[in-house]
Order: sequence, then structure tokens, then C-alpha cells
Amino acid sequence: MTVGPGWYMTLAAALFSIGAIGMLVRRNALVMFMSIELMLNAVNLTFVAAGRALGTLDGQVSVFFVLVVAAAEVVVGLAIIVAVFRTRATASVDELSELKG
Amino acid sequence: MVELVLFVITAVAALAGAVTVVTARNPVHSAMGLFGTLFSLAVIYVVNLAHLVAAVQVIVYAGAVMTLFLFVIMLIGVDKAEDTSENLPRQRTLVAVLGAAVGLVVVALIVSGRFVWVPAGGGDVEIPNGTVQAVAEPLFTTWILAFEVTALLLTIAAAGAIALAYFKRGLIREEHE
Amino acid sequence: MTDLLWLVIVLPLFGSVFLHFFGRRLGEPVAGWVATSATAGSFVVALGAALPFFRGTGENLQVVLWEWMPAVGATFELTWDPLAALMTLIVTGVGSLIHLYSIGYMSGDERFSRFFVYLNLFAASMLTLVLAGNYAMLFLGWELVGLCSYLLISFWFTKPSAAAAGKKAFVVNRIGDFGFMVGLMLIFTSFGTLSYAGIFERAPEVLDTGVATAIGLLLLVGAIGKSAQIPLYVWLPDAMEGPTPVSALIHAATMVTAGVYVVARSAPIYQLAPFAAGTVATIGALTALWAASIALAQNDIKKVLAYSTISQLGYMFLGVGAAAYVAGVFHLMTHAFFKALLFLGAGSVIHGMADEQDMRKMGGLARHMPITAITMAVATLAIAGIPPFSGFWSKDEILGVAFETGGWFVVLWVVGVVTAMLTAFYMTRQFVMVFLGKPRWDEGVHPHESPRTMTVPLLVLALLAFGGGFVNTPWRTGLEHFLEPAFEGVVVAQPPKELSTFFLLGGVSVVAGVLGIVAAYLAYRRPAEAWRRFQESLGAPWRWWEQAYRVDDLYGALVVAPGKALAERAAFSFDLPVVDGAVNGVAWVVRRVGTALRPLQTGFVRNYGVVFVAGTVAVVAWLLVVGRGI
Repeated sequence: MTVGPGWYMTLAAALFSIGAIGMLVRRNALVMFMSIELMLNAVNLTFVAAGRALGTLDGQVSVFFVLVVAAAEVVVGLAIIVAVFRTRATASVDELSELKG
Repeated sequence: MVELVLFVITAVAALAGAVTVVTARNPVHSAMGLFGTLFSLAVIYVVNLAHLVAAVQVIVYAGAVMTLFLFVIMLIGVDKAEDTSENLPRQRTLVAVLGAAVGLVVVALIVSGRFVWVPAGGGDVEIPNGTVQAVAEPLFTTWILAFEVTALLLTIAAAGAIALAYFKRGLIREEHE
Repeated sequence: MTDLLWLVIVLPLFGSVFLHFFGRRLGEPVAGWVATSATAGSFVVALGAALPFFRGTGENLQVVLWEWMPAVGATFELTWDPLAALMTLIVTGVGSLIHLYSIGYMSGDERFSRFFVYLNLFAASMLTLVLAGNYAMLFLGWELVGLCSYLLISFWFTKPSAAAAGKKAFVVNRIGDFGFMVGLMLIFTSFGTLSYAGIFERAPEVLDTGVATAIGLLLLVGAIGKSAQIPLYVWLPDAMEGPTPVSALIHAATMVTAGVYVVARSAPIYQLAPFAAGTVATIGALTALWAASIALAQNDIKKVLAYSTISQLGYMFLGVGAAAYVAGVFHLMTHAFFKALLFLGAGSVIHGMADEQDMRKMGGLARHMPITAITMAVATLAIAGIPPFSGFWSKDEILGVAFETGGWFVVLWVVGVVTAMLTAFYMTRQFVMVFLGKPRWDEGVHPHESPRTMTVPLLVLALLAFGGGFVNTPWRTGLEHFLEPAFEGVVVAQPPKELSTFFLLGGVSVVAGVLGIVAAYLAYRRPAEAWRRFQESLGAPWRWWEQAYRVDDLYGALVVAPGKALAERAAFSFDLPVVDGAVNGVAWVVRRVGTALRPLQTGFVRNYGVVFVAGTVAVVAWLLVVGRGI
């Protein structure tokens, strides 16, 4: 029994779904962030698996770019969380609902 | 066979980590769960001969990003258990529906059998060996512009983070008043 | 030099743009000198380019600068023939002198450099008008000079009367421009092009008398507006609210003559439409008489000159209407000299009298302002038509042509001679009231001669006003010969050739002029009480006369009031309920929908996340259903 790309895709789908659910259910900004990282990593997994199935390195190059964007996002996102925490003393996103209509 | 065993072990570990991230009440536990997932994925990358990506995964994600997360957790001081009960109306219901929809889509994907992997050249392909040299070649030729843009992006992100962290509380107050 | 022809327009234009940005920094008087040198440079280039015409070896040129709308024959092309050359030399020559004069006149004004921005822009616009190689570009210049006129009339816009005068000039001119535009459209539908070259060569074969008459009359409507003829002359007296150099440059020497220029330029069309040409002449003669009669009773030194300008423009219309294009353009030239001189002299008086314009409060200024008085005397004699001053030669050529043409034109000749007498009367009246007799100044006024930047242009213009007529006398038809290439294929009406007729006609108009001068001198040389008592004894009619027959009130009742009533109707019965209603209705709908949708914006980021993820799932599901193999 060989492990085909479909296996990896299924795993990625599962990870992505768990990440998405985590993002929607948790209200701690940090945990939401981690959930988003989960989703990004699920996508990375699909890139690598697809690259392997198609016999090209482009998948791995794409992973490289996603990694960079994720790193940049984490840096700015965490800085925002810290800034918010300093003024509001909370990390809960539900407390930040001033923009409601 | 070896790949199958490795896949099962790493997949279980990754899923367990992911579930921990979402369910743990203590953010530090969430971070540990995320670490587990990231590491498992690194193993999968190695199995798929994506050596450079695996190394970067460990160094950047499991190393730098996780450290950053832990730092912020410690800084904010929310290393206590938090209330995970839902306070938004209908949120859980909606999420459940969405989760079901995602599951449906995935099942449909698998069942439909439309998922055909056709290599560009046709027939069997060699698994690309993702060494540093091999990945560097397309990265610095075909994708050089995108590469430079990401460099710029990182610089901007660093500058933005510094700007956000630098302004003191009083300063922000002053600007708003 | 003809290669550099574009510089003629570009130099003042550049001066204007440059001063717009750096004028304030340069300050006074440097900004004025920059503007003056730009216009003077234009004059030098034009002179160089015109040299072949003086030698009699010149050729008519069309210089294409840039293809704008080739389909309608609207390109940026310059036409360079003796007519354009003469106009260019007048505009830049007199213009430079007036620029120079303005340095002194405008000194101390808060917006000194801004004034020169406008003045240079005007020069560039006017040169665009006269150098245009097609009607489209001519119209461009035509509108630009209108704009500059508006800007300069209301230059002191903080004065309500100046702002109102600028508006009035603009609106009245628009009436004329409307006719002009329709005329251009008619030309285009007839010829399929707006280019002079394409129109004038084919005019006889394309146009029948009816269309030619229509075009001629429509162009005349435009000319009437721009050149202040009956019935659209009412804006020009009000335009005197502008600074005096503006009155001299725009409302005497150059812009208002644009109508005459257009008629002369369109000579091949008017040649085919005797009725239109006759209308031009008749309107001109009527305006000449009408405006001269109004000028008799004016007390404002600039108002007299304004009505005088309208009257003299009437002469030019009479000339070009009688197909005496050379005579008309000749009078345009001499008028530019002596009327610019009169205005600048009046400006000098106003300057010296601390902004006093009422002639009843002047008198005896000759002793205090000798240069101004002498140069004004020259201009007065020139406009009164006393030989050998320039006005005599040009005006009598027009009158001579009218007499020679015969028929209806003999009536116009009589009108012209009567006008000449009135002209002599009101000009002498002005001179006597301002410069002779006993001082009637307000207290605290100390008249003084103006600075050199102002007197030098006066002296130069006095020289031209004296000698400018000699370029075209019955013995030496220099100007006619010079302009010949510009009117190729056009029959130019000639004044009587026999010297005996000339002496007879000249004698009649000289006698008329002398009569006017003597009568005015006798009437106004008396003590002020005497003529004041006479005027008061006339009572209400005199006041009616003083207010220019109250034509403004008539127009107000006949045109402005109904127009306002209509606008009010439109505003309150249509605009408010229908247009505003539609606009407000849209806003109301948007507001209601917004209110209804407001609860969707909970402010909770996780609610937004749900929608976001749902969208993602939907997209993937759609790809799954529609896409092939993803």
C-alpha cells in the first residue's frame, strides 16, 4: 500500500478544518493566531505533496514564500496583540467590538 | 511500507497537536500542541524529500515563531486557564454547520475521484530532491522578483512591529485626545 | 525669423506661467519688467518675421505646430500674412508700451505680479487669436481673451462694482459667442473644415448667397459682442472698473478690435453676402453715432473714453462693412495708437489725482502734468480728425469709401460726418474740463506728473498718434500695398482717387471737426458755474442723458428680469422638487437599507470569520462542482 498524494491532501484538509474551527471558536487572540498558523501549514503540506506528485520543485518554492509571509504576519500580528494588551489589558477579541454598526 | 508507517505516526501526531491547539484552556498548552504539529509536518517533508523546507520549518516555525509566541504569552501573562464557554449567540451552531460543510466537501473530493495527478511530462516521475541547491535554482532564476518582494515585505514587517511596540501608552493617549 | 513664429505666442505665455509661480517672489518691479520683456521679445520676433512683407518679398505662410483635430481642420497652425503681421505688431507693440506703463501705474498694488500674469496671458491669447490659421484656433483665442478680459475687469474684485462689471462683460460676451459658435458650425457643415485655406479658396463655389449671408450675420453677432456694438455694447462702459492699463490694452487697442479683425479675415465670405456686409456697416454707423451722443454727457473721464471707443469701433465696422478692409484695419491701427494714448493719459491723470475720475473735480491740470497734457492734446486732435494727425487719414478713408460706394452708404457717410463732429466736441470737452480752466479739486489732492515708466509710453504713443496716419495717404498708399497679399481674391473698396473729391470730403469732415472743437471750447472754457447751470436747467432729460439713456435699465426690464423669473421658476418648481427630490430619494433609500443591514456589523471579529470561512467553503464547493480536476 503506497501513500499517494490523496492521503496527504486528506491530512491537510483535516488540519485546515481544525484550524478554521479553532479560529472561529476561541476568543484568545493568541490561540486564534496559532489556529491560523495551523491552516497555513495545512496549505504548505498540500504544496509539498502536489509538488512531489507532479515531479516539480515549484511546490517547495511556494512553501518558501508562504513561510516568509507567515513569519511577517506573526511578527506584525503579535506586535498588534501586545499593543492592544497594553491599552486594554486583555487578549480577548470579543472585548474589541467598538466597530459594531 | 516505511512511508506508510511514518505517515500514520506523523499524521496522528499532527492531528493530536492540532486538536490540542484548539481545545487547550491554557495558551501554553496550545503552543505546545502547535509545536507538535509543526514538527510532525517537518518529518513528513523529509519523507517527501523536501529537505530544505523541512529544515526551514524546524528553524523558522518550530524555532523562531514558536519562541515568539511563547514570549508574547509570558509577556501578556495569560498562562492561566481561561473560560472557553461561548458568549456569541449561534456561533457554535454556525461553526458546526461549517465544519460539516467542510467535511462534506472533503468527502466529495475523495469520492468523486476527480483528483487526478497528471505530471507535466506524463507517466511516472522522479520525486524531486529538494536540496538547498535544487530549490535555490528556481528561486533565484524564475522567482527572483517574488523573492525580492518578500525581502521587502520582511523589512516592512520588522519596521511595522518596531513602530507598534515602540510607542508608549501615554503617547498613544496623546494622539487620540 | 518665420521659423521662430511660435515664439510670438509662447514668450508671453511662458512669462505668464513663470510669473504665476515666481511672480510673488520676484516682487515689484521685477515681475513687471519680466512681463514687459516677454511682450517686447514677442514684438521683436514678429518684427523680424514681418520684414519680408515690408520689403514686398513676403509670402503668406501656414505654420502647422501640432495636429489637434485634423478631421475638422482644427490644427494648431499659424497663419502669417500681412494682416496677421500688422495685428501682431499692434498687439505686441502697443502691448509692450502698456506693460511698461503698468509698472508705474500698478506700483504699490497688493497683487502687482498677479496683474502681469493676466496681462501676459492676455497677450498670448490675443496673439493666438490673430495668428490662428483656422476658425477653431481663432475661437480658442477668442474665448481666452474673453476670460482674460473678465479676470482683468474684476481685478479689484473686492469692489462689488468691479466684480459685477466682470460678470456683465462675461455674460454679454457669451450672447455674442453663441452666435459666433453657430456661425462656425455652419461654416463646418458647409465646407467640412474650419481651416482658412480650405474655406476661402472654395468659398465662391461652395456658398450660395443665402448661406453666406447666414454665416456673415452669425459671425457678426460674435463680432458685435466682442467689439461692443449695438445692441451688445453695454458691457464696455462698465468694464472701465478694471485698472486703466487694462482699459487701454484690452478695451481700446486690441481685444475689442477682434470683431473687426474677424470680419476683415472673413472678407471672402462677406464678399458673397452684400446684405451681411451692409448690416455690418449699418450697425457700425449707428453705433458710432449712438455712442458718440452718449459720450457728450459723461462726467467720468474713463466713461467718455469708453463710449468714444465704442463709437470708433463703429467706424471700423462701417469700413469693413463697406468692403474697405484696408481702411478699416488702418483705422484699427491708428485707433490703437491714439485711444491707448488717451487711456494711458487718463490713467496718468487718475494716478496724479489720487484715484479721482470725475472730470467735474479736475481742471487746470495742464500746469501740473505737462507731459500728460501735451500727449493728450495730440491724441485729442488725432481722434477729432484734424490733419495731419493720424485719425484724420484713417477715418476719412472710411468715410471716403462710404461716399464713393453710393446708395445707402451715402446716408452712412452723413452719419459718419455728424459723428465726427460729436467726437470732436466731446473730446475737446474732456480736454478742457481736465486740463484747462480753474482747479476744482477736492481738498488734499496734490496733482503731480507721473513717473518715467508711465510718461515714456505716453511720448512714444504720442509720436505714433501723430505720425501713424502717414503710412496710408491718398498720395502714398503704403498700407494698402502692404496688405495686398492678405486680401488676394477679394475686391477691396477704394476711396475716391481724384484729389478734388478727397479735398472736398476731407474739407467737410475737417470743418465738422473744427466746429465741434470750437463749440466745445466755447461752452466749457467758461467758468464751471456757467455750464453747470446750463446742465441743471435741462433737468430730467440731462440726467437721463448722463445715465447713457438708461439702456441698462431697459435691458434689465426686457431681458434680465424675465430671465431671472424663469430661473426662479426652474429653481423652485423643477429643481427643488424633481432634481433634488431624486437625489434625496436615492440618499433616503441608501440610508434605510443601511439601517436595515446595520445589525450585521456586530463588531465581533469571529462573526466575520464565520462569513469568511463560509465563503471559502462555497468557493471550493463551486470549484468541485464546476471545475475539472481542480
